[in-house]
Amino acid sequence: MLDTLSYTFMQNALISVVLVSIITGIIGSLVVVNKMVFLSGGIAHSAYGGIGLAIYFGLPMLLSTSLFCVLITLIIAVTSFKQREHLDILIGITWAAGMSLGIILVDLSPGYQSDLMSYLFGSLLAVTSDDITYMLVLLAAIITIVFTFYRDILAVSYDTEYATLRGVKTKFFYTVILLLSSLTIVISIKVVGLILVIALLTIPIYIAGFFSKSLFSMMINATLLSIFFSLIGLTLSYNFDLSSGPSIIMTSSMFALFAFLFKQIRKR
Amino acid sequence: MQLQTQTRTVIEASDLSFSYEKQKVLEEINFSVKEKEFLAIIGPNGGGKSTLLKLILGINPLKNGSIQIFGKPHTKQTQHIGYVPQNTNINTTFPISVLEVVMMGQNSLKHRVFGYKKEEKQQAYEALDKVNMRAFSSKSISDLSGGQRQRVFIARALFSNPKILLLDEPTSSIDTQGSEQVYRTLKKLNEDITIVVVSHDISVVLQYATRAFYVNKNLIDHQLDKVRSKFDGTSEHICEVEMLEMLGDCRC
Repeated sequence: MLDTLSYTFMQNALISVVLVSIITGIIGSLVVVNKMVFLSGGIAHSAYGGIGLAIYFGLPMLLSTSLFCVLITLIIAVTSFKQREHLDILIGITWAAGMSLGIILVDLSPGYQSDLMSYLFGSLLAVTSDDITYMLVLLAAIITIVFTFYRDILAVSYDTEYATLRGVKTKFFYTVILLLSSLTIVISIKVVGLILVIALLTIPIYIAGFFSKSLFSMMINATLLSIFFSLIGLTLSYNFDLSSGPSIIMTSSMFALFAFLFKQIRKR
Repeated sequence: MQLQTQTRTVIEASDLSFSYEKQKVLEEINFSVKEKEFLAIIGPNGGGKSTLLKLILGINPLKNGSIQIFGKPHTKQTQHIGYVPQNTNINTTFPISVLEVVMMGQNSLKHRVFGYKKEEKQQAYEALDKVNMRAFSSKSISDLSGGQRQRVFIARALFSNPKILLLDEPTSSIDTQGSEQVYRTLKKLNEDITIVVVSHDISVVLQYATRAFYVNKNLIDHQLDKVRSKFDGTSEHICEVEMLEMLGDCRC
C-alpha cells in the first residue's frame, strides 16, 4: 500500500480524506446538535439536481451544485421560520424532486455516458487538485466563521429561545449553519458520494458524543475519528478491491455499533 | 428610605390583552409587582400563564396595553430581567459544561469568538455560588439531575445580576426532592431580588410565594397569608385541581 503513495491520485485521495474529515467533523457536530440530520439529507439528495444541471448545460460541476444547494437551503431556511409545520413535507419534496431532476437532465444530455454511481457513492481516487483547492477554501471559510462566532453559534444551538432573548441573531446564525452544511455536502459528494454523505456527517459525531464534554471537543474528536475510519476504509478498499466510499462508511458503522454495544454493557 | 426601596414597583401592567390569531388568551389585565415580592402565577392549562410571562419578557409582542419595568417600557429594560425557561425545551444530551451554560447569561455577547475571559469565568462562578452549584462547574450538563440542571439555569439567569427573576414551570419534570431544592434556592435569592414563578405545582409554590395571581384569561390577585389560613388543615386532603378551582372562585 505504501508504494501507491507515490501516485498523485493516492496522495490526493489521502489529502481529501483528511480535509473532508475536518470539515464534516466541525459541521457534522453542528448538524447533529441542531437536530438537522433529516434536513441535511434533503439538501444532500437535492444536490443531484445541481449535478444534472451542470451535466446538461456543460457548467462547472462544483460551482453549479454549490449554487443549486445554496438556493434549496435558503428556501428550506425561510420555510422553517415561517411555516415550520410544513417543513418535513418540503424536505421530502426537495429530496425526491432534486434527485429526479438530476436523473432526467442526465437522460436528456446528448451522448453523455457518465457513471452516475460515482456521484452516488463517491470516487475518492478521482479527486483532482482543483477539488482540493475548493476544499481548502471551504475549510478556511468554515473555521473562520465558526470560531469567530463560536459563542453565538453555541448559544443558538443550545437554547434558541434564550439566545434570542440575549440579543443573538438566531435566524441569521441558523441560516449560516444550514448554508455551511449545504456546502459541506457538495464537497463531500466527490469523496464519499451523495447517498453516504449523511453517514460521514453523523456516525463519527454519534461516537464522539459518548465522550465529548463540549461542542468544541466534539468537533475535534469527530474529526480524529473520521480520519481514522477513512484511513481504515481506504486500506480495506485497496486491499480487497472495494469501492472506497462504502468501505469508509461500513468501517464507521461497525465502530458505531461497537460503541453502542460498549455503552449498553457499561450501563449494566 | 429603606421602606421606600422595599415597596418600589418593579413591574406594572395596564389594560393588557393578548390573542393568538382570533383566540383571546388574556383580557384587560392590570397588576403591579413590588420589589422583593415572591409572586406565583397559577391557573389552568391554556389559561394564559406562560403567555403573560412571555409578554413581560418581550418574546410575545405587546399589541394592547402597556408593561413597565421600573417605570420604563419593558422592552428597554431587559437587562434587569433574568429568565429561566421551561426545562422541557432543552436538549439534555448536548455536549456542554455547566460553566459554559452559565456564561450564556450575558445580556449581549460582546465577546463572541472561541474562548472565555477570566472575568467572565469569575462572574459565572459567583452565579453558581448563589445556587450552591460551583462544585459542578466543570461537569457536563447531561451528567446532572433535573433539579441540579434547573439550578444551573437559575445561575445562567443570575449571571448579569438581574433585579427580577422570571421562571416558567421551573419544577416540571423534576422529582419532589429536586423541586424543593429549587424553591429553597429561590426563597434565598428572594432576599435580594423579585421572583415571579409560573407553576402548576400549586401546593409547593404556595408554600414559598408571598402573593399569587390566578390567571385564566382574567387575573385574580391573592394575598397568600389569607389563602394559607383558608386552606389551613385542609390542603392535605384536597387535590390540586380542587385547590385551583377554589382559588379561581374566590378573591382572598
